Order: sequence, then C-alpha cells, then structure tokens
Amino acid sequence: MLNIEHYIRAQSLEEAYTLYQDKGNVVLGGMLWLKMQSRTVRGVIDLCDLELDTIEETETEYRLGAMVTLRQLELHPGLNRLTQGAMARCLSPIVGVQFRNLATLGGSLYGRFGFSDVLTLFMALEAKVELYHSGVVTVEEFAGMPKGLRDILVRVILPKRPMQVAYLAQRNQATDVPALTCALVREGGNLRCAIGARPNKAVLYRDDEGILSQGITEERAWAFAQSIAERATFGDNLRAKAAYRKAICPVLIRRGLLAMAEEG
Amino acid sequence: MEIQLTLNGKTIQDSVSPDTLLIDLVRRHGCLSVKRGCETSNCGLCTVLLDGAPVLSCSLLAGRANGRVVTTLEGLQEEAADFVGFIADQGAEQCGFCNPGFVMNTLALLRENPNPTDQEIRSYLAGNLCRCSGYEGQLRGIRAYLDSRKPREAEQ
Repeated sequence: MLNIEHYIRAQSLEEAYTLYQDKGNVVLGGMLWLKMQSRTVRGVIDLCDLELDTIEETETEYRLGAMVTLRQLELHPGLNRLTQGAMARCLSPIVGVQFRNLATLGGSLYGRFGFSDVLTLFMALEAKVELYHSGVVTVEEFAGMPKGLRDILVRVILPKRPMQVAYLAQRNQATDVPALTCALVREGGNLRCAIGARPNKAVLYRDDEGILSQGITEERAWAFAQSIAERATFGDNLRAKAAYRKAICPVLIRRGLLAMAEEG
Repeated sequence: MEIQLTLNGKTIQDSVSPDTLLIDLVRRHGCLSVKRGCETSNCGLCTVLLDGAPVLSCSLLAGRANGRVVTTLEGLQEEAADFVGFIADQGAEQCGFCNPGFVMNTLALLRENPNPTDQEIRSYLAGNLCRCSGYEGQLRGIRAYLDSRKPREAEQ
C-alpha cells in the first residue's frame, strides 16, 4: 500500500525541482505505477498547476507538456497525421480509456520502463525531452541516463519532419503490458528501429550496414529484421521467454517494413 | 488538508489526508456506485468522470481533484436510465458488480461518439472488465440502445 505524508502542488518548476532533491519525495505523473508500490513517500510533488498539459505546434515541432495524457496524444489529429496513425496504434492498446486519461507522457517516459510502448515510439521518432536542470536531450540519451536522476521532465519535443512510421507490439492478451514492442521510422532514406519490452527498456538501432539503403524488398526486410534480432538482447519475465522474444522480433520488424513499403 | 470540489453538481468541502484516493472520498459522500475492484488500475469498476472525462478514481488522489468537477453514476441517473434497461434486457449485468463503471464509461463513449461502431465500442470499453458476461451481452445491449435512438433522431 502506498502511504503519502505530504501532497504538494508545485507553483513553479524551480519549486518542483528543489523539492525533488529530497530523496523522500517523488514527482506525481498519472500515479498509476506509483500506486502499485508498497512504500511510504514523504511528499508527492504534483505538477498539475504548471500548465504542462498542452500540445503546442510550431512550424518545426510539437511541444508536448509533461502532463499531457496518453489519451490526448492518441486523439491528436496532427500527431496522428505526422505518424500515419502510429501514435494511436501505439497508445490505444494500453489498458483502457480511463487509464489513458490519467497516464501522463512525462510519467511514462521518466520511468523509462522496460515495458513502455511510449518510450519505444518516442525513441524511434527521435523526440527530445526537456529536463529542467539537465537541458534538452534525445529520448535515446535520456533512456541511458541514471535511474536515480533527480530532474523535472518539462516537455517532450517532437520534430515535424516528413517520415514514415510503423508501430507494432506483441501482447499475450489485449490491454496487457506488451511482450515486445517495435517502432520503425524511415526518414530521408534512413531507417531507425526501436525494440522495447525486451523486457528491458527500449534500444534504438539504425541500419548501419545499409541493408535497406536501396529500398525495402521482402528479402531486404527479412535480412534487416534478422540483423536486429541478432544485435538485440532479450530476457525472460512472466510474459515471455527470451527465446520467444528473439523469435517474434524479426517478424514484427519485417511486418512493419513491408507495411511501409506498401504505403510507399 | 482541505479540498473543495463539485460532486454531482454540488459543492463539497472535506478534510482529506495526502494519500486519500478519490474513490474513498466519493464513497464517503454517499456515492456507493463507485466500486473498489482490482487495485491495479485495470478493471474500470471505479470509473468516474473528472471534468467530463472518464478516469479511475482508485488511482487519483483526492488532492488532485481539488477544484474540479467529479461525476458519478448517482449524478447521471437520468442520462443512464434509458440505457441500462437495454443492458438488463440482454441479461448482461449478471452479478452487476462491474455495471456502474461499465455504464459510466459507456455514457462517456456516447458523449464523445454518439454513433460508435462495434469495434469502437469494444475499444472504448476495453478498460472495463467483467468476469460474468463475456461482453457480448453488453455489446448487444449498447447496439440495441443505439438502434432504438435512430427513429427518435430521424424524427428530430
């Protein structure tokens, strides 16, 4: 059971950051993961008064506040146009509408959870996170930062560049946590592939060998998929064994690539 | 700490502890339709509307609801009355424990999307678990309710 001694609505990022330096305090996202823990928290820092629940669009990027909910992202027409619907495909299988109305983008990314659909997609999209103290870093870099980092994730910056996006995940049962996630982004002839729920956190791979540099065909798609499955490391958890993950990884990649090729 | 919110159209004030969950607050104020179920944010039994959007009241601190508008099934009796008859006609409630959360989320769906397809209904209600019905009766009930509205809508 989660016990909370103090509830604090921060009135500025500076206040939130300062409070968060106390190791007994936690920043409140959607509280969905936090609630599952059995612990006593000295203080929860709520960012809900800081107007971080908006999606702003500029000429070159989307600026997504940390308190934007997964449901807001799922329904956003611009984000779905940019990703050809991959945003909704990624988010809509996560539990239910009520859950996604609470779960926040900031909370989903800050935890760098192994099972995260959100981390997988935003990593492949080359999104950046703006941290109050540490500045702007890519999601890929952020994923590698220490778990004990005590910073405030302010917003996520998503570049508005022409790209082709595919998102696939394997679930043992609808709405459950995925057994494997796969996001593919083709941009200017280059391909990025993020594999998550390995069950460890997502890792980004690029087509370093140029397997797809001449375009996507069935053979090249399978060759690329197998090369990623060889490079990626997989483990066991309650949802799947490493061998199962390794077997389905190239299947998801190949499906995504062929869907991209079909769409042109 | 002291909080104030609008619950089913009435302003309430209460003193809550920092870890009081919204479900416990609304039940304390007589909204017993809101049920505690899975405790893992998965089952949808505790669904309430927060500023009109369906959320899990078991996973929301009462403090975060301060200043906001909360609606439970007790506040939507009129809106729900028509619909629940169709669910009963299909025998879809069975033990009935999941029914309030299911009705709340269905009403939220119909506010967002008055004419959903079967797939849209399934997708929207994916976060409402029922261990009795297998969901088909509920789907038939919603479909029958939507079909019953069509002649009325055509007349308007």
